[in-house]
Amino acid sequence: MLVLDRVGKTYPNGVRALDGISLEVAPGEILVVIGGSGCGKSTMLRAISGLDTPTQGRVVLDGTVITEPHEEIGIIFQEPRLLPWLRVADNVGFGLEDCPKAERRARVATTLQRVGLTDKARVWPRELSGGQAQRVAIARALVPRPQVLLLDEPFSALDAFTRADLQDHLLALWADLKPTLVMVTHDVEEAIVLADRIMVMRPHPGRVYEEIACDLPRPRDRQSAAFDFAKRRVLAALDRSLDRAIITEDGETRAAHGGGMWW
Amino acid sequence: MSLVSMTATVEQAAGERAAPKAGRARLLRPVLGFLLPVCLALFWELAVRMGLSNGRLVPPPSVIFNTFVDLARTGELQTHALATLTRVAAGFVCGVTAGTIFGAITGYSALTHRVVDPTLQALRSIPSIAWVPLFILWFGIFEASKIILIAVGVFFPVYLGVMGAVISVDRKIVEVGRAFRLSGAAMVRRILLPAVMPAYVISLRAGLGLGWMFVVAAEFLGASTGLGFLLIDGQQLGKPAQIVAAIVAFAILGKTSDWLIARVSTPFLRWEDRFARN
Repeated sequence: MLVLDRVGKTYPNGVRALDGISLEVAPGEILVVIGGSGCGKSTMLRAISGLDTPTQGRVVLDGTVITEPHEEIGIIFQEPRLLPWLRVADNVGFGLEDCPKAERRARVATTLQRVGLTDKARVWPRELSGGQAQRVAIARALVPRPQVLLLDEPFSALDAFTRADLQDHLLALWADLKPTLVMVTHDVEEAIVLADRIMVMRPHPGRVYEEIACDLPRPRDRQSAAFDFAKRRVLAALDRSLDRAIITEDGETRAAHGGGMWW
Repeated sequence: MSLVSMTATVEQAAGERAAPKAGRARLLRPVLGFLLPVCLALFWELAVRMGLSNGRLVPPPSVIFNTFVDLARTGELQTHALATLTRVAAGFVCGVTAGTIFGAITGYSALTHRVVDPTLQALRSIPSIAWVPLFILWFGIFEASKIILIAVGVFFPVYLGVMGAVISVDRKIVEVGRAFRLSGAAMVRRILLPAVMPAYVISLRAGLGLGWMFVVAAEFLGASTGLGFLLIDGQQLGKPAQIVAAIVAFAILGKTSDWLIARVSTPFLRWEDRFARN
């Protein structure tokens, strides 16, 4: 169980990025965090990863307080951040230095197969497309079999087709290993495709605004009415979180604007 | 036959026709570079043979070649080349060691950078030859002063190169190392070292070039061996062919040593995304 206990972060220049976030994420749950820019989504993710330490509160994973990167927590960044001097297979096996060679090779091979890049094992990162590189980054984070996987807008730099493809890939990997996923995104549709629970945050300082359970059966049909309904709900919550909602004549809250991408 | 396969056949045929042409062009390209110097040499050789010039101050290629062979036959060339090579090697090793250590420390620690770098930059702006009288006073006229002069020449490009490379290592890549919980030593070995490698090789090559420059300066100042001594000796005894032969020896050694560094470093840099791949 991943627990955030009143986590806050104030930067040295006095900016309060995060204010008292309390949160529990069950093992194997997919939590998607969404919110306007500057709402502290990435700050929160970095606090969970142990790359940054919160100034208030604490992050606890199974009774261990996280103050620095932990072996049970993997992170995937917005950019693939592959090491250009290692071939794809060595990038994937980067976190397995201490493993015996034979085991490392076997685990790298299975993971590469899972992300569908077996034929790219001997290739340099510069020869990969953006989507392939991000798949390698996912494989690299998954190979040490972390209990928790953090994703910081991992697909935001990709085109729509590749993005949908990688979302399906991610779900398949998740179904295999069942890690806890905490993902930050800007994309409402992405949130609804993936999430068990969507957490809407509001900025200045970053706070939890609303939590929306998302229990559509998987695989989720992006064209279905239920999907569309969930999308409207999240969009409306986002707009309310930014005080941009419009109250229509019959008293219903309506999103100030539509559109799948929400920035 | 379908249209697609037809186009394919046409393209294939065109490719086959173009292939030998491209091969010949690739063979010809380096030859083109030799065209000018060879023509000039031939022209001068003919001019001297035909009596248009006596060739005393500018000896024709054949005379230079004979001098070179003669120097090699008596073993003089090898002795002098070895003396020079030893000095460059010793100075290069010292300069690279110091440059790498200082560069790495000032690149890594902002505080050290603030304390040490201004002084080193000030020293760098001194033309290194200006040190010679002082070095001779301090270290005598024998090998020590020469090697130190060369080391000073090698030091600065290596220092600057390493420092710049360490400073510009991508923070995002370092963060990947942190996320995988690398220790300090592992971080250096697995992230920093490979990241600075391309810039390091370039700075080594620049340093080596300066090392070859400074060895000449060092050998002009009271040496009794070395290719630089051959130059001075040729000037004093009026033997221009010997001077040119020594210059040729310098060119060969300099080019070979540079090629050696480039060659040794290639396997470490194969990953680089270069602008020009050949």
